[in-house]
Amino acid sequence: MANPLRAAVILFPGSNREGDVARALRQATGVPPTIVWHDDRALPPGTELVVLPGGFSYGDYLRCGAIAARARIMEAVRAHAADGGLVLGVCNGFQILCEAGLLPGVLMRNAGRRFLCKTQHLRVENASTAFTRGYAPGQVVKFAIAHGEGNYAIDAEGLAELERAGRVAFRYCDARGEIGGRANPNGSIDDIAGVYNDKFNVLGLMPHPENLVDPLVGGIDGRPMFAALAAA
Amino acid sequence: MKTRVIVTLKSGILDPQGKAIEGALRSLGVEGVASVRQGKVFDIELDAGDRAAAQAKLAEACEKLLANAIVEDYAIENG
Repeated sequence: MANPLRAAVILFPGSNREGDVARALRQATGVPPTIVWHDDRALPPGTELVVLPGGFSYGDYLRCGAIAARARIMEAVRAHAADGGLVLGVCNGFQILCEAGLLPGVLMRNAGRRFLCKTQHLRVENASTAFTRGYAPGQVVKFAIAHGEGNYAIDAEGLAELERAGRVAFRYCDARGEIGGRANPNGSIDDIAGVYNDKFNVLGLMPHPENLVDPLVGGIDGRPMFAALAAA
Repeated sequence: MKTRVIVTLKSGILDPQGKAIEGALRSLGVEGVASVRQGKVFDIELDAGDRAAAQAKLAEACEKLLANAIVEDYAIENG
């Protein structure tokens, strides 16, 4: 690739999926992303994609993602997003984006009270964004989930706006693509697994696409997301 | 000045931790427990001129960090 995507992965104290994200990005772009420390003030020049990886930033103290959302680097991430730059938050990264106000809503304790660690089917609700162009609309994909606080909550007005504008990115479903009931692992409202901001350049989702990029670990349904980003 | 901030989930917001504690209290034979809601207490030593100034600073702290206004309420005790 002549001009590979310039990606930056933010490392907070307690992040633990930055290596997985870096590997998925390297596979898609041919080059490793830059790892950026949370206390830095600026992103590397020319950064096109910022990824907030999963983990337990600051030990989930106060609320999941609450401290990381106020980290110094987040001002640069906010400016990057405001300029239309791409931002992807996975799991704890999704929680951080919500706490930072870059995405609406909040991730609450799983309704069933248990930490969930398993593969999970999702339905691609919007396949026309920089993140999901590699999928077909309504396609059922298998990602991994690993979270204790993934129960997405938002007020009625905010929910109506997400649904009206096509900002629901993924919904939890079963292997046949049916949503609802036991297919919803954590109690998320409207079975929401991921949402976009109003300009569709910021995506947050609880499931981990970066963990399904190698047949050796059970599937490659995450690859199209990184391939689409690499081509962005 | 010794101050205290109490953050609680808004009514109607599901509180799985509170539910678990409620179940545990019942199983321990503590009678009469109708429901449990769990929250957080922050004891904050504050330099502030007077109670009104302290109130304003603590409200700022709550809005900026201590509470998530989407699902939580806060109460300030000072002086």
